[in-house]
Amino acid sequence: MASNRAVRTLAVWCPDWPVIAAGGSADQPGAVLQAGRIFACSAAARLDGVRRGQRRRDAQSRCPELTIYADDPSRDARMFEPVAESVEALVPGIEIVRAGLIVVAARGAARYYKGELPLLAKVSTTVADETGYDVQLGLADGSFTATQAAYVAQIVPPGSSAEFLAPQPIRALDRPDLADLLNRLGVHTLGDFAVLPRADVLARFGPDAAYAHDLAHGFEARPPSARKAPPDLAVEMTLDPPVDRVDTATFVAKALAEQLHERLAARGLACIRISIEARTESGEQLARSWRHGGISTAGFSASAIADRTRWQLDGWLSGTIRSHDGRPTGGMVFLRLLPDEVVPDAGRQLSLWGSDFAGVGAVGDSEQIERALARVQGMLGPDAVVTAVVGGGRELTEQVRLVPWGEPREVLPGDSCPWPGRLPSPSPATVLAAPRAALVTDADGSVVEVDGRLAVSAPPGFLRIESRPPVAIVGWAGPWPLEVRWWDHATARRRARFQFTTADGAGWLVSFEAGNWLVEACYD
Amino acid sequence: MFDTRGMLHAAALSPDLLEQVGVTTLTRADDVGSAVLPVPEALGSLFPEGGLRRGSTITVNGSLSLVVALLAQTSKRPGWCAEVGSPLIGSAAAAEAGVVLERFVRVAEPGEQWASVVASLLEAFDLVVVHPPRRASQGDMRRLTARARERSAVLLVAGAWEGAMVNLSVTAQQWHGLGAGHGYLQSREVEVQALGRGAAARPRTANVWLPGVGGVVSSAHESAA
Repeated sequence: MASNRAVRTLAVWCPDWPVIAAGGSADQPGAVLQAGRIFACSAAARLDGVRRGQRRRDAQSRCPELTIYADDPSRDARMFEPVAESVEALVPGIEIVRAGLIVVAARGAARYYKGELPLLAKVSTTVADETGYDVQLGLADGSFTATQAAYVAQIVPPGSSAEFLAPQPIRALDRPDLADLLNRLGVHTLGDFAVLPRADVLARFGPDAAYAHDLAHGFEARPPSARKAPPDLAVEMTLDPPVDRVDTATFVAKALAEQLHERLAARGLACIRISIEARTESGEQLARSWRHGGISTAGFSASAIADRTRWQLDGWLSGTIRSHDGRPTGGMVFLRLLPDEVVPDAGRQLSLWGSDFAGVGAVGDSEQIERALARVQGMLGPDAVVTAVVGGGRELTEQVRLVPWGEPREVLPGDSCPWPGRLPSPSPATVLAAPRAALVTDADGSVVEVDGRLAVSAPPGFLRIESRPPVAIVGWAGPWPLEVRWWDHATARRRARFQFTTADGAGWLVSFEAGNWLVEACYD
Repeated sequence: MFDTRGMLHAAALSPDLLEQVGVTTLTRADDVGSAVLPVPEALGSLFPEGGLRRGSTITVNGSLSLVVALLAQTSKRPGWCAEVGSPLIGSAAAAEAGVVLERFVRVAEPGEQWASVVASLLEAFDLVVVHPPRRASQGDMRRLTARARERSAVLLVAGAWEGAMVNLSVTAQQWHGLGAGHGYLQSREVEVQALGRGAAARPRTANVWLPGVGGVVSSAHESAA
């Protein structure tokens, strides 16, 4: 491993890319929110004390004028395409690690531009001129060191990676679990980590940590066992009719990614670099490589392959490429996924320390979750597995949107608005999919009615649900009118809602509509 | 003692590092109890281990709010929960109880394959809520109970089930906040009874606000039967 000197690598990094892609700029405080926490923030926001991982509220209290953007990986990738295009034109063979970070072997290009410094100057001015985005560049041995160098905009001379890396914090390895553990053991920098004997690291922490140990030394930038994939692993699909819409492309990408992942898994391989190739109707060839983000020994999961394919197709189809005369002139007729580099799939070893509870290995476990859900989706169809989004609306059923697993959980503009007429919390735990017929009678046994002016004919006395025996109503409130979509004759509904408690202690949500009583929900 | 020293030490460090140390301590505290999924304190007395022991099967009869209350802490921790069968728990109620909806995956219509669906989910999820279909066979139940044990997941059954560790049921409840024609449902006092096998054989009851005013699950008054 030590003899395997890593190749000179150029890393092109767009700082805070998610914010920039969302329309922010470095000198305006802006942040991208992911699952309620700050995922990325602009330099101006950072000056005000906003940090990654903060809650939205904390961030806003530090920086009230903070603009919050929603997280959208597909947008990030799409907006990044021009940058990728412009770097590729100067230095061929780029690999996208993630939207915002490109690595590329630089030796040939450095020779061509007569030195590493001229190469960096050329790349940064060209990208800035062509796309208007600022990039930060780093040049070093291997892509890990180059990436670290890009964060501080530096050229690390050949062979001095170890000195450069030594003072870096351990979390630069991008292995939160390992970093957490090493910090607890008093190992805080890559230098500290690098002096530990490799054999001991391997024995105690496993092969991935041993690989991280090599990185800390500045040794090679890819797993030693990485190898070119034999060509028959590629999966391809001819698209007829041509695909020119992103949602159709998404569908194709998913199917193809599954197929590739299965093919790799059958050979016990995982893919760490993937090429996505497409051809348009008019014969344009498009190709782009994506490298596994974590520079790790674990490969892409099926959903990660699908995501990258989707982002790339999205980028191409929405016309952010400016080769030839703008966007591809026709639909896409051919798509191929080629695993460029594969490693033996070591499987996933549950950690020895900590627990295998999702809280510790949230990322690691999500792989298992993905797998389990993919299996269920395979059994029942993709729409059968859902998560709920609670949004706007006055009715119980209208408030909840069920989003199939794997689709983005979008937030609609109305979700955070106040909805007058909504029931106060607590909300009922049992909401009937189809309301049940009921009968509400007064103490004498005659049916209670509500008239057009919301006058109740008599205090409700008994509730009878379908054919069950009637129960006495001990408490009631209402009628609360609910008039929805009165502007549209076909979907307009006018109802009066009540809450009842019955003698058995249960709570009910019951409505009166067009002369009929219906049980909508039960507060069980 | 070590903790205190750690904190003092940490106070001298940068906020960044402090945050890391904070996270570290949190993780460690969690690890200690990882064999038992936490439940609201008021409900802890219903279980011999004070929470949902991993690998166990627990039934809840007649109250989906109780199911929600039991899974909320796991969901927040952050764990993964799933639900199979209908009626699905009201999502608004779940969100109010603190369940993180993006990590709460539901399968409303598993149809004939419900048992295989539950088995697949038990492979990966921390907690799976099942609404067993009427035709559920004893064999299926036994197999799923065994699967949960094997995978150290918690199977939370909303309904009847063969061979559960603990069976919870609401024996009495009283809503507050509703008058004769005014008010709204605000808080509820319930009496929950736990019967079980093995370590859980001793019947236990808990009086709980489910929910209390403001949506918090808290203890009403304790009584050991």
